[in-house]
Amino acid sequence: MMQENKKEIESMQDPILEIRNLRVLFPVHKKWLPAVDGVDLTIQPGEITGIVGESGSGKSVMSQSVLRLRDHDTAVRYEGEILFEKENLLKWSLKQMRNIRGNRISVIFQDPLNSLSPVHTVESQLMEVLILHKKISKEEAKKKSVQMLKMIGIPNPENCMKKYPFELSGGMQQRVMIAIALACEPKLLIADEPTTALDVTIQEQILYLIQDLNKKLGMSILFITHDLGAVSNLCHSVKVMYLGQIVEDAKTEELFTHPLHPYTKGLLACIPHLAVERRKELPTIPGSVPSLSHIPEGCHFCTRCHEADERCRKMPPPVVEATPGHTVKCWKYAEGGKKNEVGV
Amino acid sequence: MNLRKRKTSALNQAIFREQREIRKERLLASPALIIGAVGFLIILLLAVFVPLLNPTDPNAMEVANRLQPPSGKYLLGTDEFGRDLFVRVMYGARVSLWVGGCVAVFSCILGTIVGVYASYFKVLDQILMRICDGLIAIPGILLAIALIAALGTSSWNVILALTIVYTPSVARTVRASAMVIREQAYVEAAKVQGFGNLRILWRMILPGVISPLTVQASFIFAQAIISEASLSFLGAGIPAPAASWGNMLEASKLVFSKAPWTMICPGAAVILCVMSLNLLGDGLRDFLDPRVKGGQKK
Amino acid sequence: MLSYILKRILSLIPVLFVVSCVVFLVVYIIPGGPATALLGLEATPDQIEALNTELGFNRPFFVQYADWFVNVLKGDWGTSYFLHQSVLEAIGEYFLPTLSLAVLAQIFALILSVPLGILAAYRRGTALDVTAVSVSLVGAALPGFLLSMFLMLLFGVHLQIFPVAGYAGLEEGLAEHLRYLFLPALSLGIVQAAYLTRMTRSSLLEVLYKNFIQTARAKGIKESKVVLKYALKNGAPVILTAVGQSFGSLIAGTIVTETLFNIPGLGMLTLTSINRRDVFVIQGVVLFITLLYVLVNLAVDILYGFVDPRLRPGRK
Repeated sequence: MMQENKKEIESMQDPILEIRNLRVLFPVHKKWLPAVDGVDLTIQPGEITGIVGESGSGKSVMSQSVLRLRDHDTAVRYEGEILFEKENLLKWSLKQMRNIRGNRISVIFQDPLNSLSPVHTVESQLMEVLILHKKISKEEAKKKSVQMLKMIGIPNPENCMKKYPFELSGGMQQRVMIAIALACEPKLLIADEPTTALDVTIQEQILYLIQDLNKKLGMSILFITHDLGAVSNLCHSVKVMYLGQIVEDAKTEELFTHPLHPYTKGLLACIPHLAVERRKELPTIPGSVPSLSHIPEGCHFCTRCHEADERCRKMPPPVVEATPGHTVKCWKYAEGGKKNEVGV
Repeated sequence: MNLRKRKTSALNQAIFREQREIRKERLLASPALIIGAVGFLIILLLAVFVPLLNPTDPNAMEVANRLQPPSGKYLLGTDEFGRDLFVRVMYGARVSLWVGGCVAVFSCILGTIVGVYASYFKVLDQILMRICDGLIAIPGILLAIALIAALGTSSWNVILALTIVYTPSVARTVRASAMVIREQAYVEAAKVQGFGNLRILWRMILPGVISPLTVQASFIFAQAIISEASLSFLGAGIPAPAASWGNMLEASKLVFSKAPWTMICPGAAVILCVMSLNLLGDGLRDFLDPRVKGGQKK
Repeated sequence: MLSYILKRILSLIPVLFVVSCVVFLVVYIIPGGPATALLGLEATPDQIEALNTELGFNRPFFVQYADWFVNVLKGDWGTSYFLHQSVLEAIGEYFLPTLSLAVLAQIFALILSVPLGILAAYRRGTALDVTAVSVSLVGAALPGFLLSMFLMLLFGVHLQIFPVAGYAGLEEGLAEHLRYLFLPALSLGIVQAAYLTRMTRSSLLEVLYKNFIQTARAKGIKESKVVLKYALKNGAPVILTAVGQSFGSLIAGTIVTETLFNIPGLGMLTLTSINRRDVFVIQGVVLFITLLYVLVNLAVDILYGFVDPRLRPGRK
């Protein structure tokens, strides 16, 4: 009973972002193949949600579809719904999308050096968003930009404004990216592997910065990564993605203490523990992520799962709520435990 | 040992088969290569077999029939001396293909030697590349004009001049690809094992530069045909009575407003031939370099 | 920026040295010496011998080269045997029409190619792109003078809009000047545009898939601004380089085209000099145009430094 109460309280607050049964399809050899295959996801205001998966799991595609960034480059088909403050973004025109991009939803990307234009100054790239969305004058935009850089922890912000991205260190570049993303105080920040391309010490700093900004500004964050360590420090809840599907979804602590899906277990086992077992070979998940055109018929993970049986290979597993708030998409938990099928 | 050998050979065969499959797929996906090759072959065959098709002497003048428009008798009309244009265009193809082919082959051989040596010996590299820079700095046609003005007009001098013009760019391409190969692990390994410089150069580096070289050869072939036409047009090319496309265009300069076919026929021949070769080059590049698709990178 | 420019200029020294050697050799390699070329077939061996001695051809190679080199620096580029004037004077007299034509052709080329290349890259795979690529493929196979002949036939002879040939100097008014230059400049411009369209398209294609383009879109910037501010400025170095490098073929094309349109430019000078084997004039024209070409590319390099901050020393 108590659990249900808690659920009700949560749902009373309107979620910032709600993704319902999202499929994102790309044409490969004249066939539409799903890079994202039926994802459900809800983000509450102020919450940091982690998405973990290997490269090729569809996590980046999913995050990009929130802003429909792929629409410009390639043919792409969406199914399902992406509700941002109750509005279905998939129904919007690209012109409408432009009004929320960089304004109410922002992104920071993996590789800050390549994500900033090398031939434009920090100033020009930062002020631009403010002038565009806040409709303010150049002088005001400049003042606001300097403030922004200061808040993001850049020493000597006036000097930094005049610089080109290549004159900054990787950490500084990523800070500038964050400044650009947060300049218009968005409701949702999508951080697409923001620390992957950085040095380890800098990674830490950027993670703290993100956490800090989340507390200060109160925006929700969709944090995409393959780094489980970062997730455990930062995120309130975690979704594990594999081949376009969310295979496990739980609060962070729950996931790390009671992983259920064989894939999640595998991922956790791969984290090297410094002190113990130094001599032992690091466990790995056998095989690699199959390509889109070779997705298995049943459970997507069955080709690499050592617990897979005939049923796993033939039929897609249901989503099971193993314990309240902890769902897993695996046949292992389908009978016994609490059965609660959501979708297929 | 035997088993292992058999296993590797089976594996090799499988890889080979797969590569062949991929090649076939890419070949079919690149119409440029096929169109270019077919177009070029047709021109080549016509040029070679024109005496069998039409035994008319390309230089036979029939003043009574001067400037005849295309008809059943004169497939492409006649020029101001009453010479059969169809026959002349075909003989012109012989000249153009001969000059273009020679220039492509000679400049590729010379450029490869220069490029490969430059890539391998540091001091030589500096000298050779500065010379190439200097030669590239002179606009090609002008350099050719100057050389021909100095040496006199003849088809061999045209070939020589254009070879000098195109060699530096070949040398640069070859050097660039050879530099990449030189850094590869297998070349390092060969060096450590004490293979001689020459052996490394010709056995390991040369094969790697063949594919960019073929691509460039077809482009140079095409360029040389344009250059030859321009040179002949200026009177610094193939000496006059010979039927070359440039000469025919030069001759039509005075009459083409009355008899446009005298210009259009050799002109179309130049365009078709050069386009076939360019397509062949584009196609070859896409075919040989799997990273490039649909001519995206140029 | 200044040190960057200086560095560029210094790097030209070896290039110019090689150029000077080649240009000098052009006369030196004439079998039998320059007099054979100048005097033609009727000359007696004694006459040839005498003229060769007068021209200093009997001296050792290095003396000749050093002498020639110093003279060139001093502005003495030799004397035309037929025009009875100094080579530099002759070039000065014939240069202006060539410059006018080349500049106008370059303008045509840029107006045609840059927008088309951008559009083709942006709308990759559409009918527009395919058309642009095919047209530029045909254009790349066209010698400039051939296109000139087609245009002459169409505009000059059939439609009679533009004069078929001839030239009006600037002193006869800009409109008249441009009217006469229109057809030759257009034909040269189109050939040039064929190449530049391809280069613009491919450089933009490369840039359009870069991450910063995605960043720009993620900021909510309009597509036109994404392309013009971010893609074009980042692709500009490639386009600039292509413009600089193709300037050589443009000027070469100018020379051939001039002879067709009877424009009294360097091309005409070259043509008459080829016919008379006036080797010193040809040598002078080659040297002059090469210097021009080198200077244009120097200008491109310097512009490059303005576009791309990464090249500016003192930064970083």
